[in-house]
Amino acid sequence: MHNIKVLFLKELKSYFNSPMAYIFLILFAIFTGYFFTNTFFLINQSDMRSLFSIVPLIYLFFIPAVTMSLIAKENSSGTMEIISTLPIKDSEFVIGKFLAATTLIIIGLGFTLVHFFTLLAVGTNIDLGAVLCGYIGLILVGAFYASIGTFTSSLTDNQVVAFIIAITIVLVFFLLDKLLFFMPSGLSGIFQFISVDYHLSNISRGVIDSRNLVYFGSMIAIFLLTTMRNLEMRKWR
Amino acid sequence: MIRIENLVKHYGDVKAVRSINFEVKDGEILGFLGANGAGKSTTLKIITGYLSPTAGNVYVNDLNIAEHSLEIRKQIGYLAEMNPQYLDMRVFDLLEFTAQIRGIEGKKFRNALTRVIEQCGLTGILHKTVAECSKGFRQRIGLATAILHDPQILIMDEPVSGLDPNQIVEIRQLIKELGKEKLVIISSHILQEIEATVDRIIIIHEGEIIANGTSQELMASFHGQTELTLEAQGTTEESIAALKDAAPEISIEKQVVEGDRTILSLEYDKGVDPRIAIFNHAVKSKWTLLEMSTHKAQLEDIFRKLTIQGGSDA
Repeated sequence: MHNIKVLFLKELKSYFNSPMAYIFLILFAIFTGYFFTNTFFLINQSDMRSLFSIVPLIYLFFIPAVTMSLIAKENSSGTMEIISTLPIKDSEFVIGKFLAATTLIIIGLGFTLVHFFTLLAVGTNIDLGAVLCGYIGLILVGAFYASIGTFTSSLTDNQVVAFIIAITIVLVFFLLDKLLFFMPSGLSGIFQFISVDYHLSNISRGVIDSRNLVYFGSMIAIFLLTTMRNLEMRKWR
Repeated sequence: MIRIENLVKHYGDVKAVRSINFEVKDGEILGFLGANGAGKSTTLKIITGYLSPTAGNVYVNDLNIAEHSLEIRKQIGYLAEMNPQYLDMRVFDLLEFTAQIRGIEGKKFRNALTRVIEQCGLTGILHKTVAECSKGFRQRIGLATAILHDPQILIMDEPVSGLDPNQIVEIRQLIKELGKEKLVIISSHILQEIEATVDRIIIIHEGEIIANGTSQELMASFHGQTELTLEAQGTTEESIAALKDAAPEISIEKQVVEGDRTILSLEYDKGVDPRIAIFNHAVKSKWTLLEMSTHKAQLEDIFRKLTIQGGSDA
């Protein structure tokens, strides 16, 4: 636990030591702000659904960009040799990195709270539960995509390659729900269950079902465990 | 103590290390010598836990690296080849991070920090980022992070490569000081870099150990030829031919005539000394001797000979 904390803080610091974090946060605030306020006064409804539906789309490009350097940079700069000869377990290393990326995403989401306060100021009959669930859903999706990004970053020492593979995998999970129409009916149930949208929309409706939590929890665990496995494999190459 | 038994490492089809065995005792400075790509770094990377061996065992203080990697990593300080660093970190943050990972905090950290700043000469750069530091300083920073936890075992992969002569002398002195109480392994592909610092030398070539001993032992066991250069006036073809009869153990490798002087390059086996016979022959043949000098085999020659020709165990 101690090592995870030390690695997490180091990683978060390194985000803010480079322009990376600032670019991410500013662009994220601009994009979400634009898409939210664009329709907010037109629909004339006291909810944040338009924000919650656009954020997963923004995630699609932003999270792979945030995570691409996590491990790929350690590989390319040779610091992997430093970190792997320190008394750190692979699991601590991976979880520390993953948590740092997820925290940056949560900070980004924190910026969108300004829209929530706008809503509080101008709206009526606001369903606070739905807003809270919406944020929980976005945090879970963000963490899931960050685990995918952490995994792809461990595959290569080239950050661009890590970025592209991450977008591809994230896109598959993102689109699955939208492509169910084209799937054979026998398989559509399975594909629906592994698609992100299905679980996110459940949570966004204000229903936090253990099935959805188990889905996100196990997906994150699968990608992080694969990352650890991958790091372990590197020693044997 | 480090003990290596039948260590093998393959990278795909490339056999980087082929069954090597050696032992290093506490308080010993071992020089690990070999040409580029000989398998030095691979061996060190296995000892430090960065790579896993294809076969064989590595014991550090009687712990097997396959089972106690984490425990062993706590006991080792490692300066990697090319000294990779987190360039965006401030030197202080880097040292603090390393200390925290090694469980050194609070007063212990302050003491350790004071010690490495003094030992590695880091005064005045703690607030800089690593990227802003010169190569020599980066090397010291790498060394500082390696010795921050005062490890019993210190492994340095090419610690002085790329440094200027003054920095090399400084780092050498530091290594020597550290080696008084620690087990130190230094690798290099340049012999002079480590010859003065180490207690024992292991020469590795194409993944195999081809020599293992102190520099004196290596010199003694090296059955090479001694070269002798002889410059004289007043020589004749006959008297030069007769030299072979006077000192039968020599062979004349080269004969150059420059004006009225003749320069002869002779070779003879180590262990015999035909110089008196040569001198007497020169006197008898009325040569005027201008120069007679021998070139003793240096450790460098042994290294070259062993690594170029393959060589045999010394």
